[in-house]
Amino acid sequence: MKAAIVAIASLVALTGLALLSPQWLVFMAMLALAKGVVVLGLLVLMRTGLVSFGQGLYFGIGAYAAALLSHHLHVADAAVMLLTGAAAAGLVAALLGLLLAGYRDIFFAMLSLAFSMILYGVLVKSAALGSTDGFNLHARTFFGVALAPGMERRVFLIAGAVCAVVVALLVHRLLGGHWGRLATGVRDNELRVAYLGASPYRVVYVNYLIAGALAGLGGALAALAVGHVDPEMTYWTTSGEFVFIAILGGIQSILAPFMAATIFEALRTIASQYAPNVWQMSLGLAMLAIIMFLPAGLWTLAERRRRSA
Amino acid sequence: MRPLSSFGLRAALAAFVVLLAVPASQAQQPLKVGIVTFLSGPAAGPFGVPARNAAELTAELLNAGTVPAPYSQKGFGGTPIELVIIDEAGGPQKQVAEYRNLVPRVDIVIGYISSGDCLAIAPVAEEQKKLTVLFDCGTPRIFEDASYKYVFRTGPTGTMDNVSVALYLVERTPNVKSIAGLNQNYAWGQDSWADFENAMKTLKPGIEVKTSQMPKLFAGQFGAEITTLLGSGAEVVHSSMWGGDLEGLVLQGAPRGLFEKHKVVLSAGEPAINRLGTRIPDGTILGARGPFGPFAPDTDLARWLKTTYQDRYHVPPNYASFKMTQAILGVKAAYEKAKGSGNGAPDQDKIIAALENLTFEGPGGPVKMALGKGHQAIMDAAVGTTKVEGGELKIVDVARYSADKVNPPDGVKSEAWIKSGLKK
Repeated sequence: MKAAIVAIASLVALTGLALLSPQWLVFMAMLALAKGVVVLGLLVLMRTGLVSFGQGLYFGIGAYAAALLSHHLHVADAAVMLLTGAAAAGLVAALLGLLLAGYRDIFFAMLSLAFSMILYGVLVKSAALGSTDGFNLHARTFFGVALAPGMERRVFLIAGAVCAVVVALLVHRLLGGHWGRLATGVRDNELRVAYLGASPYRVVYVNYLIAGALAGLGGALAALAVGHVDPEMTYWTTSGEFVFIAILGGIQSILAPFMAATIFEALRTIASQYAPNVWQMSLGLAMLAIIMFLPAGLWTLAERRRRSA
Repeated sequence: MRPLSSFGLRAALAAFVVLLAVPASQAQQPLKVGIVTFLSGPAAGPFGVPARNAAELTAELLNAGTVPAPYSQKGFGGTPIELVIIDEAGGPQKQVAEYRNLVPRVDIVIGYISSGDCLAIAPVAEEQKKLTVLFDCGTPRIFEDASYKYVFRTGPTGTMDNVSVALYLVERTPNVKSIAGLNQNYAWGQDSWADFENAMKTLKPGIEVKTSQMPKLFAGQFGAEITTLLGSGAEVVHSSMWGGDLEGLVLQGAPRGLFEKHKVVLSAGEPAINRLGTRIPDGTILGARGPFGPFAPDTDLARWLKTTYQDRYHVPPNYASFKMTQAILGVKAAYEKAKGSGNGAPDQDKIIAALENLTFEGPGGPVKMALGKGHQAIMDAAVGTTKVEGGELKIVDVARYSADKVNPPDGVKSEAWIKSGLKK
């Protein structure tokens, strides 16, 4: 019930933002939302005790799938692009998950990193896809309805908000129930879970699949927002950024990834504008401060307030 | 208390009136120019920082009114300019975000070194309706695959770099029979090699390509590739490398005799001469992506940039510096043409109309906005050979190619033009 209220409130707020705010803010909100969705997937994995340093793989697949639709098949519908992005990433995750679900800890992290770098290497070598330069994409309709110029990104933001709220609710339900406790169980004591009759492999596999599909959806959203895709989206620094955001927010709440992604985008923009020579260092110091003072992420602040209230 | 409060009221009123009056008397609101260039990362050293330095120097001297004719008027048409500089590092996605944030804060944007960033920014500039001048990126795809109203590029494309070194090579060694390549495996390296290979095949039909080595970007170590090249038997080795990779190639290749056994062509080698100097072996063919740096013509404008830059930063300006100054001067020329003899600031559409098809004088010589419906510059190309004389690196045997000869006609794609015989 409470989740539904939060969901409706977020949706109303984001729709208002999409319709009323200036273009640059619409764009930033969309990018934050796209990253939030990816980090939501990472949160599902982290609840299972796994950190993936390769979510860039699915982020990139989602973005390229959406862009290729527009570039090669001349499909310019944003809704089709979003669904295709998520589906393509989910499909690849379903395949790679068969292998990765057997690994834990650093082995899981490194393998996921390796797969994302393979895609990066392939994209860089593909001159037909613009190599490192990438290529542009244009979405002109949404569910077949033509979009007026200037309105596109506002509509995309609303679409992104709907997607984000729906997946956040689904993940909330999933983690709040039997499956979520199983995931935590796998994290805390896998052997025990197996003795109790559940399959840790299955839990990891399904959660990996969810994380992959969500990263694909995020990638397609980001591609729509930016209007351009390039191999940088699959590079390990992009994957690292997602882990950064996950740590920034913490994994206690479904809202944390979205909040952290917003703070991250704002922080990066402010740092780029006011300290163009040391913006990377500003981000690094912020990370350091979080790890030292709020090891469980910014969400701890919200929880502390609730407890004291 | 009463006198005090009435005094306070009067003071506040006076302050308010003064505040109102200030903007009216201060008609000289500076023009804000956004500058986007690499301040961090591997491209900062060879390109980004020299370009930023040139931007700061040029803006300051323009505002002081000490730039030689035809740019002696202060600022842009008498209005001082103020730079807002941001970092280009972080990839196209971040750049699109930063560009969108920058647009409301500035009147004009000048920037972008990476072709990926240029490709991503161009459609956004069009959507935001903000005059955006690309100054360095090389890919011809920008105006060949699309057409823009608000986007310009005052630097020539990468096409002429490799066409001009191919022409130079064939003129100097008419019997050349085989070539090989060593280029970084990313868009710039792939495109440069394709242009060079195709140009050589057009100029010397039947030429043999012995090998094309594509190590990954910023690999730094080229032991294996150099061995392959040494064993390939190719007469010519082409490389479009830059930055640390280029230095690595020269420092690792020279002791192994790569430069003695082969004619080495460094199509974008100019920025390395300030750092490597005499360590570049004699007889290396060098390009500067246009008539920049040591290839600049002997004009007042070129001398002005070279001396003022050298005085302030204690190194000569390289091609990135030249191209940045060129972009600022190009916008200034268009601004002043649009302003005419009027007093008011020209609106953006007028500046755009003035910049389209404009021919202006840059520190590297005349710049013609001839391609992409008047949005893409062409310039003469210059190629030379290195020679150490009296302990100093000199560029000798410099050949110039007129802009029309090394660039495709408007509306023709570079790749097709090179393959179909470099014809007008």
